Amino acid sequence: MSSVTGVSVADQLPDPEGRPPLEGDRASTGRLGDRLFGGAATASGVLVIAIVSLIAVFLVVQAVPALLDNDANFFTSRVWAPGGDAPAFGILEFLWTTVAASTLAMVIAVPFGVAVALFLTQYAPTWMRKPAAALVDLLAAVPSIVYGLWGLITFGPFFKPIQGWIEDTFGWFPLLARTGITGGTIFFIGIVLAIMVLPIVTALSREIFDQTPLAHKEGALALGATKWEMIRTAVLPFGKPGVISAAMLALGRALGETIAVTFLVSGLNDSSPWTFSLFNGGETFASKIANNAAEFSNPSRTGAYIAAGLVLFVLTFVVNSIARVVIERRKAFTE
Amino acid sequence: MNNPHRARAVKDVVAKVVMWLAFGIVMIPLVWILYVVISKGFSLLTTSVWWTGNQRNINSDDPGGGARHAIEGTLMMAGVTALIAVPIGILTAVYLVEYGRGHLARAISFMVDILSGVPSIVAALFIYAVWVTTFGIERSGFAAALALVLLMIPVIVRSTEEMLKLVPNELREASYALGVPKYVTVVRIVLRTAFSGIVTGVLLGLARIMGETAPLLILAPYTKNFQRDLFAGNFPTLPMMINQDRGDFALATAAERMWGAALTLIVLVLLLNLIGRVIAHFGSVKK
Repeated sequence: MSSVTGVSVADQLPDPEGRPPLEGDRASTGRLGDRLFGGAATASGVLVIAIVSLIAVFLVVQAVPALLDNDANFFTSRVWAPGGDAPAFGILEFLWTTVAASTLAMVIAVPFGVAVALFLTQYAPTWMRKPAAALVDLLAAVPSIVYGLWGLITFGPFFKPIQGWIEDTFGWFPLLARTGITGGTIFFIGIVLAIMVLPIVTALSREIFDQTPLAHKEGALALGATKWEMIRTAVLPFGKPGVISAAMLALGRALGETIAVTFLVSGLNDSSPWTFSLFNGGETFASKIANNAAEFSNPSRTGAYIAAGLVLFVLTFVVNSIARVVIERRKAFTE
Repeated sequence: MNNPHRARAVKDVVAKVVMWLAFGIVMIPLVWILYVVISKGFSLLTTSVWWTGNQRNINSDDPGGGARHAIEGTLMMAGVTALIAVPIGILTAVYLVEYGRGHLARAISFMVDILSGVPSIVAALFIYAVWVTTFGIERSGFAAALALVLLMIPVIVRSTEEMLKLVPNELREASYALGVPKYVTVVRIVLRTAFSGIVTGVLLGLARIMGETAPLLILAPYTKNFQRDLFAGNFPTLPMMINQDRGDFALATAAERMWGAALTLIVLVLLLNLIGRVIAHFGSVKK
């Protein structure tokens, strides 16, 4: 890669004999314009570092006082009563709902996304490929608020009897137990999130499958592999890191998705019994914060929500870092 | 034909059927969504008042009114966001491709990735923590634009970076050989060659932030009136107009407006996407 990343010719030439090497960036002439422009570019880059650091610092600084006043255990309590003289709040419900719904979304979206990407690159008739790919790309651009509307008004009523049937048939399984909630259950939110992130998984996987070296595919076919065996032995191994990072990016999106989930969630009472059923209700981090934006009236109240936002930030940070590591390892592998 | 061969052939056919089925199943909800929005929202978009009027003095159960205020607001906010995010994003990409080496470049690249993963609600909370809690300034359209800047920067950096990498090194070398200073080379040769690609990236970035709702929810309360002052507190935008009418979607009047606003938003976003793709198609850097 380094040959196209703007390495100047001076970097590749040996220094002339008998002269001391030039200092600094050797393509630069050191005049004012060069220093100004280079400086502006560097400053912008440093600004990006500063922004991300500031996000972390501000969230931590404003969350800590609220957390110190917190009477409940932040991680294991379901109570959410910030503000007042004895604030008590915990994130157990949000953590479970967010992670469970996002995980379910991945379980649905990744296999389907990979299958559709394979379809678009390997199976679809040639005339179909470009329009179908364009349709998927455009759907990736549809704002999430529209997915939320569709989930709330069109898909919700449609899904209700399906949920009833699953509860009747598989209710003995704790994850699918009936809880009496029919509206925005974790299961339902997971499905809507899956539909939302599917275009992203598909688009990224399609790009990576498209890059499979022809030699690998032809090699497999020449050895007598069927089309499916060629995909399994050539296309999928080549695309695996790309698919993993696509899945992680989609997971990051699902964890932080706000408005669609806010339209759909059904809140729980603090006193309702705790269950691990996917057919339970519950708020996610993002929906809880969004639903209560009007409550940011005093610092301790706001601090509780910022603490919740901090946990969400850390969650997505970890997920995106994993995606980054996978991509880096792939780069090292292919070069 | 002995047995293992037949098993392989069967697997091959099964795989083919599964791929076709998966594609068909996935298309159902995606086409369904587009169909619902278009069929329910289209009628309002054909009225002229939709494009000229606002919602002033129109209650949820009153029919009529327009979306001009929200369309203008969304475009204005996106414009201000781009004004801030585009220079920072392009300069950062220039640094990464033309200047950056070693630890600083790696750190910046990593931070861009992290920023691109920051959920919009967290970006909004951060701006709230700075703007409202720390400095005590009231919420406004501009505060929301600042949160959108955070979301737009990584999109611009990544797309510009890709485009700058496509510029052939020979062009830079030819320029240096003529004694052209580096900054002139970058501005007049590299950036100009990559121009159409950069514009495409900006348009795609704009399309992404125009539909973001979380920062608006926290930072820019909705108003039904025309409002062109980004510092005036309440500010009208299409996502917030949808959110407003969502509360009363049981009423036919509110529901119609809600779908109309949703379709308008989709049309704006897809239009930007389309323009971006056309520019990319006709002006792309030839490898």
